Amino acid sequence: MARHFLWLLLIPFVGLLWVPFYNFHDPVLFGFPFFYWYQLAWVPMTAFLTWLAYRTYPNED
Amino acid sequence: MKTELDIPAVAVFLFFFALVTVMGFVASKWRRPKTLASLDEWGLGGRQFGTWITWFLVGGDFYTAYTVIAVPALVYSVGAYGFFALPYTILVYPIVFMVMPKLWQVAKDNGHVTAADVVHGRYGSRLLEAAVAITGVVATMPYIALQLIGMATAVKALGFQGELPLIAAFVVLALYTYSSGLRAPALIAFVKDIMIYIAVIAAVSVIPGKLGGYAAVFDAADQAFKAKGSGSILLQPSQYVAYATLALGSALAAFMYPHTLTGIFASKSATTIRKNAVLLPAYTLMLGLLALLGYMGHAAKLKLASNNDVVPALFQTLFPSWFAGFAFAAIAIGALVPAAVMSIGAANLFTRNFWKAYVNPQVDTAGEAAVAKIASLVVKVGALLVIIYLPTQFALDLQLLGGLWILQTLPALIFGLFTRWFTAPALLVGWVVGLFGGTYLAWTDGLKPLHMLSIGSFQATVYVGLIALVANIVVAMLVNLVVPKPMVTAEAAGT
Repeated sequence: MARHFLWLLLIPFVGLLWVPFYNFHDPVLFGFPFFYWYQLAWVPMTAFLTWLAYRTYPNED
Repeated sequence: MKTELDIPAVAVFLFFFALVTVMGFVASKWRRPKTLASLDEWGLGGRQFGTWITWFLVGGDFYTAYTVIAVPALVYSVGAYGFFALPYTILVYPIVFMVMPKLWQVAKDNGHVTAADVVHGRYGSRLLEAAVAITGVVATMPYIALQLIGMATAVKALGFQGELPLIAAFVVLALYTYSSGLRAPALIAFVKDIMIYIAVIAAVSVIPGKLGGYAAVFDAADQAFKAKGSGSILLQPSQYVAYATLALGSALAAFMYPHTLTGIFASKSATTIRKNAVLLPAYTLMLGLLALLGYMGHAAKLKLASNNDVVPALFQTLFPSWFAGFAFAAIAIGALVPAAVMSIGAANLFTRNFWKAYVNPQVDTAGEAAVAKIASLVVKVGALLVIIYLPTQFALDLQLLGGLWILQTLPALIFGLFTRWFTAPALLVGWVVGLFGGTYLAWTDGLKPLHMLSIGSFQATVYVGLIALVANIVVAMLVNLVVPKPMVTAEAAGT
Protein backbone atom coordinates (compact mmCIF):
# COMPACT_ATOMS: atom_id res chain seq x y z
CA MET A 1 0.00 0.00 0.00
CA ALA A 2 1.45 3.33 -1.07
CA ARG A 3 0.86 5.11 2.23
CA HIS A 4 3.79 7.43 1.63
CA PHE A 5 1.16 9.52 -0.17
CA LEU A 6 0.16 10.66 3.33
CA TRP A 7 3.30 12.77 3.47
CA LEU A 8 1.71 14.94 0.79
CA LEU A 9 -0.72 16.11 3.43
CA LEU A 10 2.07 17.94 5.26
CA ILE A 11 2.66 20.27 2.30
CA PRO A 12 -0.33 22.58 3.00
CA PHE A 13 0.89 23.03 6.59
CA VAL A 14 4.24 24.29 5.32
CA GLY A 15 2.63 26.46 2.65
CA LEU A 16 0.15 28.13 4.99
CA LEU A 17 1.80 28.25 8.42
CA TRP A 18 5.00 29.97 7.25
CA VAL A 19 3.40 33.38 6.83
CA PRO A 20 6.51 35.21 5.43
CA PHE A 21 6.01 33.11 2.26
CA TYR A 22 2.93 35.02 1.30
CA ASN A 23 2.44 38.27 3.20
CA PHE A 24 2.81 40.41 0.06
CA HIS A 25 0.61 42.73 -1.93
CA ASP A 26 2.10 41.91 -5.38
CA PRO A 27 1.57 40.20 -7.78
CA VAL A 28 -2.13 41.07 -7.90
CA LEU A 29 -4.50 38.59 -9.63
CA PHE A 30 -8.03 39.67 -10.69
CA GLY A 31 -7.74 42.56 -8.22
CA PHE A 32 -6.79 40.22 -5.32
CA PRO A 33 -3.48 40.97 -3.56
CA PHE A 34 -1.10 37.97 -3.41
CA PHE A 35 -1.85 37.35 0.31
CA TYR A 36 -5.47 36.57 -0.59
CA TRP A 37 -5.25 34.62 -3.83
CA TYR A 38 -2.30 32.56 -2.58
CA GLN A 39 -4.30 31.33 0.41
CA LEU A 40 -7.45 30.80 -1.66
CA ALA A 41 -5.38 28.79 -4.16
CA TRP A 42 -4.42 26.40 -1.32
CA VAL A 43 -8.05 25.31 -1.04
CA PRO A 44 -8.16 23.37 -4.35
CA MET A 45 -4.49 22.37 -3.99
CA THR A 46 -5.11 20.83 -0.56
CA ALA A 47 -8.23 19.08 -1.83
CA PHE A 48 -6.18 17.66 -4.72
CA LEU A 49 -3.39 16.40 -2.42
CA THR A 50 -6.01 14.84 -0.13
CA TRP A 51 -7.60 13.16 -3.15
CA LEU A 52 -4.22 11.66 -4.10
CA ALA A 53 -3.98 10.18 -0.61
CA TYR A 54 -7.64 9.10 -0.74
CA ARG A 55 -7.03 7.00 -3.84
CA THR A 56 -4.59 4.75 -1.97
CA TYR A 57 -7.37 3.47 0.35
CA PRO A 58 -9.87 0.80 -0.64
CA ASN A 59 -13.46 1.95 -1.14
CA GLU A 60 -15.60 0.47 1.65
CA ASP A 61 -18.94 1.88 0.52
CA MET B 1 -29.47 49.80 9.23
CA LYS B 2 -33.17 50.16 8.66
CA THR B 3 -35.37 49.49 11.64
CA GLU B 4 -38.95 49.41 10.30
CA LEU B 5 -40.37 46.07 9.20
CA ASP B 6 -39.46 45.24 5.59
CA ILE B 7 -42.51 43.42 4.16
CA PRO B 8 -41.09 41.57 1.07
CA ALA B 9 -38.02 40.54 3.07
CA VAL B 10 -40.14 39.31 5.98
CA ALA B 11 -42.41 37.35 3.61
CA VAL B 12 -39.48 35.53 1.97
CA PHE B 13 -37.92 34.93 5.39
CA LEU B 14 -41.11 33.45 6.85
CA PHE B 15 -41.63 31.22 3.81
CA PHE B 16 -38.23 29.56 4.18
CA PHE B 17 -38.51 29.37 7.94
CA ALA B 18 -41.85 27.60 7.63
CA LEU B 19 -40.38 25.26 5.00
CA VAL B 20 -37.55 24.07 7.23
CA THR B 21 -39.89 23.76 10.21
CA VAL B 22 -42.06 21.32 8.27
CA MET B 23 -38.92 19.50 7.12
CA GLY B 24 -37.69 19.26 10.70
CA PHE B 25 -40.82 17.39 11.80
CA VAL B 26 -41.07 15.26 8.65
CA ALA B 27 -37.42 14.23 9.15
CA SER B 28 -38.45 11.64 11.76
CA LYS B 29 -39.93 9.65 8.87
CA TRP B 30 -36.87 10.08 6.64
CA ARG B 31 -34.97 6.79 6.06
CA ARG B 32 -37.27 5.53 8.70
CA PRO B 33 -35.88 3.00 11.16
CA LYS B 34 -38.05 0.50 13.04
CA THR B 35 -37.82 2.78 16.05
CA LEU B 36 -36.20 6.11 16.86
CA ALA B 37 -35.94 5.10 20.51
CA SER B 38 -32.19 4.48 20.68
CA LEU B 39 -29.20 6.80 20.77
CA ASP B 40 -27.85 5.27 17.56
CA GLU B 41 -31.01 6.39 15.79
CA TRP B 42 -32.01 9.60 17.62
CA GLY B 43 -28.47 10.83 18.31
CA LEU B 44 -26.57 9.50 15.26
CA GLY B 45 -29.26 9.12 12.59
CA GLY B 46 -28.63 5.36 12.46
CA ARG B 47 -24.91 5.67 11.54
CA GLN B 48 -25.88 5.44 7.88
CA PHE B 49 -25.23 8.87 6.36
CA GLY B 50 -23.39 8.54 3.06
CA THR B 51 -21.09 11.00 1.32
CA TRP B 52 -23.62 13.66 0.30
CA ILE B 53 -25.68 13.73 3.49
CA THR B 54 -22.47 13.93 5.50
CA TRP B 55 -21.17 16.69 3.26
CA PHE B 56 -24.27 18.81 3.82
CA LEU B 57 -24.52 17.95 7.51
CA VAL B 58 -20.89 18.58 8.48
CA GLY B 59 -20.73 21.61 6.19
CA GLY B 60 -23.91 22.98 7.73
CA ASP B 61 -22.70 22.20 11.20
CA PHE B 62 -19.12 23.46 11.01
CA TYR B 63 -19.65 26.65 8.95
CA THR B 64 -22.20 28.12 11.33
CA ALA B 65 -24.43 31.19 11.16
CA TYR B 66 -22.10 32.87 13.59
CA THR B 67 -19.20 32.23 11.19
CA VAL B 68 -21.13 33.92 8.40
CA ILE B 69 -21.62 37.01 10.58
CA ALA B 70 -18.40 37.07 12.60
CA VAL B 71 -15.67 36.32 10.06
CA PRO B 72 -16.57 39.24 7.75
CA ALA B 73 -17.06 41.39 10.88
CA LEU B 74 -13.53 40.61 12.08
CA VAL B 75 -12.08 41.25 8.61
CA TYR B 76 -14.05 44.52 8.49
CA SER B 77 -12.58 45.64 11.80
CA VAL B 78 -8.95 44.39 11.68
CA GLY B 79 -8.23 43.34 8.09
CA ALA B 80 -5.81 40.56 7.08
CA TYR B 81 -5.56 39.13 10.60
CA GLY B 82 -9.25 38.13 10.49
CA PHE B 83 -8.46 36.03 7.44
CA PHE B 84 -6.83 33.32 9.63
CA ALA B 85 -10.18 31.54 9.31
CA LEU B 86 -9.06 30.54 5.81
CA PRO B 87 -5.83 28.62 6.62
CA TYR B 88 -7.69 27.24 9.66
CA THR B 89 -10.50 25.75 7.55
CA ILE B 90 -8.05 24.47 4.93
CA LEU B 91 -5.71 22.67 7.35
CA VAL B 92 -8.55 21.09 9.28
CA TYR B 93 -9.20 18.60 6.44
CA PRO B 94 -5.81 16.88 6.21
CA ILE B 95 -6.19 16.42 9.99
CA VAL B 96 -9.69 14.97 9.56
CA PHE B 97 -8.36 12.67 6.83
CA MET B 98 -5.57 11.34 9.03
CA VAL B 99 -7.47 10.92 12.28
CA MET B 100 -11.23 10.65 11.88
CA PRO B 101 -11.56 7.39 9.87
CA LYS B 102 -9.69 5.62 12.70
CA LEU B 103 -11.84 7.25 15.36
CA TRP B 104 -15.00 6.37 13.43
CA GLN B 105 -13.93 2.73 13.21
CA VAL B 106 -13.32 2.48 16.96
CA ALA B 107 -16.70 4.08 17.68
CA LYS B 108 -18.52 1.86 15.20
CA ASP B 109 -16.90 -1.38 16.40
CA ASN B 110 -17.68 -0.68 20.05
CA GLY B 111 -21.01 1.16 19.77
CA HIS B 112 -19.57 4.44 21.08
CA VAL B 113 -21.72 7.54 20.64
CA THR B 114 -19.47 10.24 22.19
CA ALA B 115 -15.81 11.16 22.49
CA ALA B 116 -15.95 10.32 26.20
CA ASP B 117 -17.29 6.84 25.33
CA VAL B 118 -14.22 6.29 23.16
CA VAL B 119 -11.90 7.45 25.95
CA HIS B 120 -13.62 5.22 28.52
CA GLY B 121 -13.48 2.24 26.18
CA ARG B 122 -9.83 2.82 25.53
CA TYR B 123 -8.51 3.55 29.03
CA GLY B 124 -11.23 2.17 31.30
CA SER B 125 -10.96 5.34 33.40
CA ARG B 126 -14.16 6.98 34.66
CA LEU B 127 -12.22 10.11 35.63
CA LEU B 128 -10.73 10.67 32.19
CA GLU B 129 -14.12 9.94 30.64
CA ALA B 130 -15.74 12.56 32.91
CA ALA B 131 -13.02 15.11 32.08
CA VAL B 132 -13.63 14.72 28.35
CA ALA B 133 -17.43 14.73 28.74
CA ILE B 134 -17.57 17.82 30.97
CA THR B 135 -15.19 19.71 28.68
CA GLY B 136 -17.38 18.84 25.71
CA VAL B 137 -20.60 20.04 27.31
CA VAL B 138 -19.10 23.22 28.76
CA ALA B 139 -17.39 24.16 25.48
CA THR B 140 -20.58 23.56 23.50
CA MET B 141 -22.97 25.68 25.59
CA PRO B 142 -21.51 29.07 24.62
CA TYR B 143 -21.22 27.84 21.03
CA ILE B 144 -24.99 27.32 20.95
CA ALA B 145 -25.43 30.77 22.45
CA LEU B 146 -23.34 32.22 19.60
CA GLN B 147 -25.68 30.66 17.05
CA LEU B 148 -28.45 32.61 18.75
CA ILE B 149 -26.44 35.79 18.35
CA GLY B 150 -26.10 35.03 14.64
CA MET B 151 -29.81 34.43 14.37
CA ALA B 152 -30.64 37.55 16.38
CA THR B 153 -28.54 39.68 14.00
CA ALA B 154 -30.54 38.38 11.01
CA VAL B 155 -33.90 38.79 12.78
CA LYS B 156 -33.02 42.33 13.85
CA ALA B 157 -31.99 43.21 10.28
CA LEU B 158 -35.51 42.32 9.15
CA GLY B 159 -36.80 45.02 11.46
CA PHE B 160 -38.16 42.85 14.27
CA GLN B 161 -37.79 44.25 17.77
CA GLY B 162 -37.38 42.39 21.04
CA GLU B 163 -36.59 38.81 21.85
CA LEU B 164 -39.91 37.17 21.04
CA PRO B 165 -39.06 36.09 17.43
CA LEU B 166 -35.82 34.56 18.67
CA ILE B 167 -37.59 32.64 21.43
CA ALA B 168 -40.26 31.43 18.99
CA ALA B 169 -37.63 30.19 16.50
CA PHE B 170 -35.80 28.38 19.26
CA VAL B 171 -38.89 26.69 20.66
CA VAL B 172 -39.69 25.35 17.19
CA LEU B 173 -36.11 24.13 16.82
CA ALA B 174 -36.22 22.45 20.22
CA LEU B 175 -39.45 20.63 19.40
CA TYR B 176 -38.39 19.10 16.11
CA THR B 177 -34.95 18.18 17.43
CA TYR B 178 -36.76 16.45 20.28
CA SER B 179 -38.96 14.43 17.95
CA SER B 180 -36.59 13.73 15.00
CA GLY B 181 -33.09 13.81 16.53
CA LEU B 182 -30.11 14.14 14.18
CA ARG B 183 -32.31 13.45 11.14
CA ALA B 184 -33.82 16.95 11.50
CA PRO B 185 -30.62 19.00 11.11
CA ALA B 186 -29.34 16.54 8.48
CA LEU B 187 -32.39 17.18 6.31
CA ILE B 188 -32.53 20.93 6.98
CA ALA B 189 -28.81 21.20 6.21
CA PHE B 190 -29.58 20.61 2.51
CA VAL B 191 -31.77 23.72 2.41
CA LYS B 192 -29.48 25.77 4.63
CA ASP B 193 -26.29 25.06 2.71
CA ILE B 194 -27.83 25.63 -0.72
CA MET B 195 -29.31 28.95 0.50
CA ILE B 196 -25.99 30.07 1.97
CA TYR B 197 -24.17 29.16 -1.25
CA ILE B 198 -26.68 31.14 -3.32
CA ALA B 199 -26.44 34.17 -1.01
CA VAL B 200 -22.64 34.15 -0.91
CA ILE B 201 -22.17 33.56 -4.65
CA ALA B 202 -24.61 36.39 -5.39
CA ALA B 203 -22.79 38.65 -2.93
CA VAL B 204 -19.26 38.04 -4.20
CA SER B 205 -20.24 38.28 -7.86
CA VAL B 206 -22.70 41.21 -7.73
CA ILE B 207 -21.38 43.48 -4.95
CA PRO B 208 -17.85 44.10 -6.33
CA GLY B 209 -19.41 45.09 -9.68
CA LYS B 210 -21.43 47.75 -7.89
CA LEU B 211 -18.37 48.96 -6.00
CA GLY B 212 -15.93 49.15 -8.95
CA GLY B 213 -14.34 45.66 -8.88
CA TYR B 214 -12.18 43.73 -6.41
CA ALA B 215 -9.16 46.02 -6.86
CA ALA B 216 -11.32 48.96 -5.78
CA VAL B 217 -12.68 46.96 -2.82
CA PHE B 218 -9.17 46.17 -1.53
CA ASP B 219 -8.11 49.79 -2.13
CA ALA B 220 -11.08 51.16 -0.21
CA ALA B 221 -10.33 48.84 2.72
CA ASP B 222 -6.67 49.87 2.66
CA GLN B 223 -7.66 53.57 2.76
CA ALA B 224 -10.15 52.97 5.55
CA PHE B 225 -7.58 51.17 7.74
CA LYS B 226 -5.00 53.92 7.12
CA ALA B 227 -7.53 56.62 7.98
CA LYS B 228 -8.53 54.71 11.13
CA GLY B 229 -4.89 54.15 12.08
CA SER B 230 -5.39 50.46 12.90
CA GLY B 231 -5.83 47.27 10.91
CA SER B 232 -4.33 46.56 7.50
CA ILE B 233 -4.92 44.44 4.41
CA LEU B 234 -1.53 42.77 5.01
CA LEU B 235 -0.16 41.36 8.27
CA GLN B 236 2.40 43.11 10.44
CA PRO B 237 5.50 40.93 11.02
CA SER B 238 4.56 40.87 14.74
CA GLN B 239 1.30 39.12 13.78
CA TYR B 240 2.88 36.23 11.84
CA VAL B 241 3.11 33.76 14.72
CA ALA B 242 -0.31 34.73 16.07
CA TYR B 243 -1.88 34.19 12.64
CA ALA B 244 -0.25 30.79 12.12
CA THR B 245 -0.85 29.47 15.65
CA LEU B 246 -4.48 30.60 15.64
CA ALA B 247 -4.99 28.78 12.33
CA LEU B 248 -3.26 25.59 13.53
CA GLY B 249 -4.79 25.56 17.01
CA SER B 250 -8.29 26.15 15.67
CA ALA B 251 -7.82 23.42 13.04
CA LEU B 252 -6.76 20.94 15.75
CA ALA B 253 -9.68 21.92 18.00
CA ALA B 254 -12.40 21.96 15.32
CA PHE B 255 -13.25 18.26 15.27
CA MET B 256 -12.90 17.73 19.02
CA TYR B 257 -16.28 19.45 19.58
CA PRO B 258 -19.30 17.20 20.23
CA HIS B 259 -21.21 18.60 17.24
CA THR B 260 -18.49 17.97 14.66
CA LEU B 261 -17.76 14.53 16.12
CA THR B 262 -21.47 13.70 15.96
CA GLY B 263 -21.29 14.35 12.21
CA ILE B 264 -18.28 12.00 11.99
CA PHE B 265 -19.83 9.21 14.09
CA ALA B 266 -23.06 9.41 12.06
CA SER B 267 -21.20 8.57 8.82
CA LYS B 268 -21.71 5.26 7.08
CA SER B 269 -18.05 4.34 6.57
CA ALA B 270 -14.43 5.43 6.83
CA THR B 271 -14.54 6.01 3.08
CA THR B 272 -17.39 8.49 3.58
CA ILE B 273 -15.17 10.49 5.93
CA ARG B 274 -12.12 10.39 3.65
CA LYS B 275 -14.21 11.44 0.67
CA ASN B 276 -15.58 14.33 2.70
CA ALA B 277 -12.10 15.49 3.61
CA VAL B 278 -11.62 15.96 -0.14
CA LEU B 279 -15.03 17.55 -0.79
CA LEU B 280 -15.66 19.74 2.27
CA PRO B 281 -13.05 22.38 1.27
CA ALA B 282 -15.69 23.69 -1.16
CA TYR B 283 -17.19 25.35 1.92
CA THR B 284 -13.81 26.84 2.76
CA LEU B 285 -13.64 28.50 -0.64
CA MET B 286 -17.04 30.01 0.09
CA LEU B 287 -15.86 31.16 3.53
CA GLY B 288 -12.78 32.83 2.05
CA LEU B 289 -14.89 34.80 -0.40
CA LEU B 290 -17.44 35.57 2.30
CA ALA B 291 -14.69 37.04 4.49
CA LEU B 292 -14.10 39.63 1.80
CA LEU B 293 -17.56 41.04 2.50
CA GLY B 294 -15.77 42.78 5.37
CA TYR B 295 -13.76 44.80 2.84
CA MET B 296 -16.82 45.39 0.69
CA GLY B 297 -18.34 47.03 3.77
CA HIS B 298 -15.56 49.63 3.58
CA ALA B 299 -15.95 50.07 -0.17
CA ALA B 300 -19.70 50.61 0.27
CA LYS B 301 -18.91 53.17 3.01
CA LEU B 302 -21.36 51.59 5.45
CA LYS B 303 -22.01 53.32 8.75
CA LEU B 304 -22.42 50.55 11.30
CA ALA B 305 -23.46 50.50 14.93
CA SER B 306 -21.68 47.17 15.38
CA ASN B 307 -19.14 45.27 13.26
CA ASN B 308 -21.49 42.28 13.27
CA ASP B 309 -23.92 44.30 11.12
CA VAL B 310 -21.59 44.41 8.11
CA VAL B 311 -23.08 41.39 6.29
CA PRO B 312 -26.77 42.25 6.88
CA ALA B 313 -26.14 45.91 6.02
CA LEU B 314 -24.44 45.00 2.72
CA PHE B 315 -27.39 42.84 1.68
CA GLN B 316 -29.86 45.55 2.69
CA THR B 317 -27.99 48.32 0.89
CA LEU B 318 -27.05 46.55 -2.34
CA PHE B 319 -29.81 44.00 -3.01
CA PRO B 320 -33.60 44.19 -3.49
CA SER B 321 -35.36 43.58 -0.22
CA TRP B 322 -36.78 40.14 -1.19
CA PHE B 323 -33.21 38.90 -1.73
CA ALA B 324 -32.07 40.46 1.53
CA GLY B 325 -34.88 38.47 3.19
CA PHE B 326 -33.59 35.34 1.48
CA ALA B 327 -30.05 35.99 2.77
CA PHE B 328 -31.29 36.63 6.32
CA ALA B 329 -33.35 33.44 6.19
CA ALA B 330 -30.20 31.61 5.10
CA ILE B 331 -28.34 32.99 8.13
CA ALA B 332 -31.15 32.22 10.57
CA ILE B 333 -31.59 28.68 9.24
CA GLY B 334 -27.81 28.49 9.27
CA ALA B 335 -28.06 28.91 13.03
CA LEU B 336 -30.66 26.15 13.45
CA VAL B 337 -28.55 23.32 12.01
CA PRO B 338 -25.49 23.73 14.23
CA ALA B 339 -27.62 24.60 17.28
CA ALA B 340 -29.55 21.35 16.81
CA VAL B 341 -26.45 19.20 16.31
CA MET B 342 -24.67 20.87 19.24
CA SER B 343 -27.57 20.19 21.58
CA ILE B 344 -27.73 16.58 20.37
CA GLY B 345 -23.97 16.16 20.90
CA ALA B 346 -24.21 17.60 24.41
CA ALA B 347 -27.28 15.46 25.16
CA ASN B 348 -25.45 12.31 24.02
CA LEU B 349 -22.58 13.16 26.38
CA PHE B 350 -24.93 13.72 29.30
CA THR B 351 -26.77 10.47 28.65
CA ARG B 352 -23.81 8.19 28.07
CA ASN B 353 -21.16 9.64 30.31
CA PHE B 354 -23.21 10.96 33.21
CA TRP B 355 -26.64 9.27 33.31
CA LYS B 356 -25.50 5.82 32.26
CA ALA B 357 -22.18 6.08 34.08
CA TYR B 358 -23.49 7.28 37.45
CA VAL B 359 -27.29 7.45 37.70
CA ASN B 360 -28.65 4.36 35.98
CA PRO B 361 -26.06 1.94 34.56
CA GLN B 362 -28.86 -0.48 33.63
CA VAL B 363 -30.61 2.01 31.34
CA ASP B 364 -31.75 0.34 28.08
CA THR B 365 -31.50 1.84 24.59
CA ALA B 366 -35.01 3.31 24.70
CA GLY B 367 -34.26 4.82 28.10
CA GLU B 368 -31.08 6.39 26.75
CA ALA B 369 -32.98 8.05 23.93
CA ALA B 370 -35.60 9.37 26.37
CA VAL B 371 -32.94 10.91 28.64
CA ALA B 372 -31.08 12.43 25.68
CA LYS B 373 -34.24 14.03 24.27
CA ILE B 374 -34.95 15.80 27.57
CA ALA B 375 -31.28 16.79 27.90
CA SER B 376 -31.34 18.38 24.44
CA LEU B 377 -34.24 20.58 25.55
CA VAL B 378 -32.49 21.62 28.75
CA VAL B 379 -29.30 22.50 26.87
CA LYS B 380 -31.19 24.73 24.43
CA VAL B 381 -33.16 26.50 27.15
CA GLY B 382 -29.88 27.11 28.99
CA ALA B 383 -28.33 28.73 25.92
CA LEU B 384 -31.43 30.86 25.39
CA LEU B 385 -31.37 32.10 28.99
CA VAL B 386 -27.68 32.96 28.66
CA ILE B 387 -28.40 35.13 25.62
CA ILE B 388 -31.44 36.84 27.13
CA TYR B 389 -30.14 37.52 30.63
CA LEU B 390 -26.38 37.79 30.34
CA PRO B 391 -24.37 40.32 28.34
CA THR B 392 -23.40 39.15 24.84
CA GLN B 393 -19.75 39.58 25.75
CA PHE B 394 -20.12 36.79 28.30
CA ALA B 395 -21.01 34.28 25.57
CA LEU B 396 -18.18 35.53 23.38
CA ASP B 397 -15.61 35.21 26.19
CA LEU B 398 -16.85 31.73 27.08
CA GLN B 399 -16.73 30.67 23.42
CA LEU B 400 -13.14 31.83 23.23
CA LEU B 401 -12.24 29.82 26.31
CA GLY B 402 -14.32 26.93 24.95
CA GLY B 403 -11.92 26.56 22.02
CA LEU B 404 -8.99 26.42 24.43
CA TRP B 405 -10.77 23.87 26.64
CA ILE B 406 -11.91 21.49 23.92
CA LEU B 407 -8.38 21.45 22.46
CA GLN B 408 -7.18 19.97 25.76
CA THR B 409 -9.20 16.80 25.12
CA LEU B 410 -7.19 16.04 21.98
CA PRO B 411 -4.44 13.94 23.61
CA ALA B 412 -6.94 11.76 25.50
CA LEU B 413 -9.13 11.23 22.45
CA ILE B 414 -6.60 10.97 19.63
CA PHE B 415 -3.27 9.66 20.94
CA GLY B 416 -4.78 6.30 21.86
CA LEU B 417 -5.67 5.72 18.20
CA PHE B 418 -2.01 5.69 17.27
CA THR B 419 -0.08 4.47 20.32
CA ARG B 420 -0.58 2.35 23.44
CA TRP B 421 2.12 4.23 25.33
CA PHE B 422 -0.02 6.82 27.15
CA THR B 423 -1.83 5.99 30.41
CA ALA B 424 -5.04 7.47 31.84
CA PRO B 425 -3.44 9.18 34.89
CA ALA B 426 -0.85 10.89 32.68
CA LEU B 427 -3.47 12.12 30.21
CA LEU B 428 -5.63 13.32 33.09
CA VAL B 429 -2.82 15.36 34.66
CA GLY B 430 -1.98 16.77 31.22
CA TRP B 431 -5.62 17.78 30.76
CA VAL B 432 -5.69 19.51 34.16
CA VAL B 433 -2.51 21.44 33.43
CA GLY B 434 -3.59 22.43 29.90
CA LEU B 435 -7.10 23.41 30.85
CA PHE B 436 -6.43 25.35 34.04
CA GLY B 437 -3.04 26.70 33.00
CA GLY B 438 -4.44 27.89 29.67
CA THR B 439 -7.49 29.44 31.31
CA TYR B 440 -5.26 31.22 33.82
CA LEU B 441 -3.07 32.65 31.03
CA ALA B 442 -6.09 33.84 29.06
CA TRP B 443 -7.64 35.28 32.22
CA THR B 444 -4.57 37.26 33.25
CA ASP B 445 -4.27 38.57 29.67
CA GLY B 446 -7.77 40.03 29.94
CA LEU B 447 -9.52 37.15 28.13
CA LYS B 448 -7.44 37.56 24.99
CA PRO B 449 -6.71 34.49 22.85
CA LEU B 450 -3.09 35.54 22.38
CA HIS B 451 -0.21 35.45 24.85
CA MET B 452 3.20 37.06 24.52
CA LEU B 453 5.90 34.42 24.92
CA SER B 454 9.53 35.41 25.50
CA ILE B 455 12.26 32.80 25.28
CA GLY B 456 15.61 34.55 25.62
CA SER B 457 15.66 37.32 23.04
CA PHE B 458 12.92 35.62 21.01
CA GLN B 459 9.46 37.10 21.43
CA ALA B 460 6.26 36.02 19.80
CA THR B 461 2.51 36.34 20.31
CA VAL B 462 1.07 32.83 20.35
CA TYR B 463 -2.47 31.38 20.50
CA VAL B 464 -3.08 30.43 24.15
CA GLY B 465 -4.86 27.19 23.24
CA LEU B 466 -1.78 25.90 21.48
CA ILE B 467 0.52 26.87 24.39
CA ALA B 468 -1.82 24.99 26.72
CA LEU B 469 -1.88 21.96 24.39
CA VAL B 470 1.92 21.81 24.32
CA ALA B 471 2.02 22.03 28.14
CA ASN B 472 -0.69 19.35 28.29
CA ILE B 473 1.29 16.94 26.10
CA VAL B 474 4.66 17.58 27.76
CA VAL B 475 3.19 17.04 31.23
CA ALA B 476 1.37 13.90 30.08
CA MET B 477 4.62 12.48 28.72
CA LEU B 478 6.56 13.28 31.90
CA VAL B 479 3.89 11.78 34.18
CA ASN B 480 3.67 8.78 31.90
CA LEU B 481 7.34 8.06 32.54
CA VAL B 482 6.77 7.69 36.30
CA VAL B 483 3.34 6.01 36.58
CA PRO B 484 3.18 2.23 36.34
CA LYS B 485 1.68 0.74 33.20
CA PRO B 486 -1.89 -0.41 33.89
CA MET B 487 -3.51 -3.45 32.42
CA VAL B 488 -4.47 -3.01 28.80
CA THR B 489 -8.25 -2.89 28.26
CA ALA B 490 -9.67 -5.38 25.80
CA GLU B 491 -10.43 -2.56 23.41
CA ALA B 492 -6.95 -1.09 23.59
CA ALA B 493 -5.46 -4.52 22.95
CA GLY B 494 -7.27 -4.60 19.65
CA THR B 495 -5.20 -1.76 18.20
